[in-house]
Amino acid sequence: MRFYEHEAKQVLQKHGVPLPKRSVATTPEEAETAAAEIGGPVVLKSQVLSGGRMKAGGVKFADTPAEAKDAAAAILEIEISGQKPMGVLVEERRAIAQEYYAAVTWDARAKKPVIIFSDMGGIDIEEVAEQHPDHLSRTNFSNLRPFSDYIAKVAVSKTGVTGNHLGPLTRIVTALARVFVQYDLTLAEINPLARLEDGTFIALDSHMDMEEEARTSQRALLRELGIPDEDTRLARPPTPFEVAGAQVDAADTRGVAGRVVEFDGNMGLVIGAGGGSLTLFDAVRAAGGKPANYCEIGGNPSVAKAAALTKLVLSKPGVEKIAVMMNVVSNTRADIMARGIIKGCIEAGRDPGETIAIFRIPGSWEDEGFKILRKYGVDFVDRSVSMHEAAARAVAKMGA
Amino acid sequence: MAMFIRVDIPEDVQAEEPLRKQLVEVCPVDIFALDGERVVTVEANLDECTLCDLCIEASGSRVKVVKLYE
Amino acid sequence: MSILIDENSTFIIQGITGREAVTMTRELLNYGSKVVGGVTPGRKGRDVHGVPVEDTVRAFTERMEVTGAIVAVPPAFAADAVMEAIEGGIKLIVIVTERIPRKQVAEFIEYAGQEGARIIGPNCLGLISPGKSKMGGIGGAADATQRAFKPGSIGVMSRSGGMTVEISNALSEAGLGISTAASIGGDAIIGSNYAELMPLFEADPETKGIAIYSEPGGPSEAMLAEYMTASKSRLPVVAFMAGRFMDAMPGMRFGHAGTIVEGRADTTAEKIARMEAAGISVAERIEDIPAILKQRIG
Repeated sequence: MRFYEHEAKQVLQKHGVPLPKRSVATTPEEAETAAAEIGGPVVLKSQVLSGGRMKAGGVKFADTPAEAKDAAAAILEIEISGQKPMGVLVEERRAIAQEYYAAVTWDARAKKPVIIFSDMGGIDIEEVAEQHPDHLSRTNFSNLRPFSDYIAKVAVSKTGVTGNHLGPLTRIVTALARVFVQYDLTLAEINPLARLEDGTFIALDSHMDMEEEARTSQRALLRELGIPDEDTRLARPPTPFEVAGAQVDAADTRGVAGRVVEFDGNMGLVIGAGGGSLTLFDAVRAAGGKPANYCEIGGNPSVAKAAALTKLVLSKPGVEKIAVMMNVVSNTRADIMARGIIKGCIEAGRDPGETIAIFRIPGSWEDEGFKILRKYGVDFVDRSVSMHEAAARAVAKMGA
Repeated sequence: MAMFIRVDIPEDVQAEEPLRKQLVEVCPVDIFALDGERVVTVEANLDECTLCDLCIEASGSRVKVVKLYE
Repeated sequence: MSILIDENSTFIIQGITGREAVTMTRELLNYGSKVVGGVTPGRKGRDVHGVPVEDTVRAFTERMEVTGAIVAVPPAFAADAVMEAIEGGIKLIVIVTERIPRKQVAEFIEYAGQEGARIIGPNCLGLISPGKSKMGGIGGAADATQRAFKPGSIGVMSRSGGMTVEISNALSEAGLGISTAASIGGDAIIGSNYAELMPLFEADPETKGIAIYSEPGGPSEAMLAEYMTASKSRLPVVAFMAGRFMDAMPGMRFGHAGTIVEGRADTTAEKIARMEAAGISVAERIEDIPAILKQRIG
């Protein structure tokens, strides 16, 4: 999950990273007041989760509180990548001597965190990596040993930084690394990290992403930042249908039946598991089908959980039939799935035989599953019909 | 309501206190519950039966698991 | 032959008394895997389908040879269980548990590296050398496993457990069969990725070709492509790429935790291009994999 810039800066502040004076405004009037309190020229920045704010007009400068009010009014109206800003960050504007880049993220090759540091900040870091590799350092550090400041020093020093700039930069990068580890982040970035004309260093912009799996263990931090549990921070906010899907999954710890994403189509999907869902969603689209949803069933969900997901998918307006498809299953049981999905149809007031366009869950306990499916008149296939063929058959039934 | 599974517990099983407790303990999906001097089935959990046979084994095949779809 | 496990391998199961693990134990025993013990704290002295339970890993490793440990404990206790297995001297650890935070995964992988232990997973179904042994829930019940996994000449590696079975089943139905199939796990950081297992398949004379399942996100496909280019591997590799629809939806999470696309290099289009440039064939559908492999093996 992604943090807004102002939240990331709150985290940095807790750990002693120097920051500009700032305040979050949700109305033009608040922005005016904030600018007056800061005094002097300010920068106003749209608080959205996606990048590309500058290009989209989400960053403006103001010399007076009146100008700040107008700028905030404009920024609050601009959608960036389909998202309205949650507010505007009003920040003091300082004279910059040099910009640096600092980030800590996971290196899936080394299977360790990596510090990325550059003395060419403020621009696209991929471009620096390609065109000025000597100005960019990558420094892995151990998962097991406590983080030691010298690692940050090495990262900074590799780019040629020395003298009285080395100490302050080392301290900021050290704080960033510790924040990364402590809060289960997947990205902790300061860009630009600025040296001001008065010689001090300051974090001008920051991005942080936290591990989705850590939401529970990091609840204290999320509370402190005022982030509610239902705030998923995906590229777009969840629909009520998707929120209901998450509730189905959370209601019962057995197996997975959720991760629902809503689409515009007419064909309900009850598919699994992780890789199977990706494969089947591609297969439905390749066959010309229009999915109403993405979802995942996997592990060994209870009958009640499979039924709840089925009912949810059927509750979406425009969904006439559902396709129930999985790869050859191991720990998921075909009979338990058959029970759950049939139960879901019946509890939704639908005839399973009419509603289930196809049932393809070959593997564990399939013979037991076939008995149940036969009894309720459901059209099912075994492993001799491939995932792509099954998807095509289901799509063909939707045409009528 | 259970649509797929019924579990029959005969009276001679009810007479054995250790077995009553054992049924509650072995079932991975909590189909059995103690109710005073009896062991009863939990309606909401019957359809969750995994056909693991542990209750049948524990009772020397006296407890019967009936598949309503057969 | 096969890689990592064979008919002589012995296993313990950590978390053996859990709902899923009880079922897995029965399935493993029915398949013929040598499950010599289980660990659940406080349950010493019990047994699960005849397998003795102890409180600690060392209770087994101190008195017998144990090839591997299957970790099937809840996410909150998984990292601790892996640490205990490594410290107990076990050199092959399959982690079935899902949703272990990445930091903990990285920690035990680093520790395993120091101690010379190999980790498969987390968030995987495990390993199978058909007809010899399996380690993990892969294939499910013994009869279902026998049906989907016939002994043969193809090594299978997959980031999806379910798709490991689907692909293996297609290869078995086509008469090619499997030398060893590895469900390597769907997380962003995993103990063993394709490139790290390739040298083992390379050294196995029985393996004639490789099939992999891949998806968006992470460097595993790029690393495999680099390995293929650098090693001049004798093995033809066919990849199936799922999640092509995700290329148009950056930032959305579908499937495994590892699939979040964080950069251009992680999209399916980019991965397909890289793999094809390294001589890896990319199949459009699962059912196309066996034919491509047969043609490339010649």
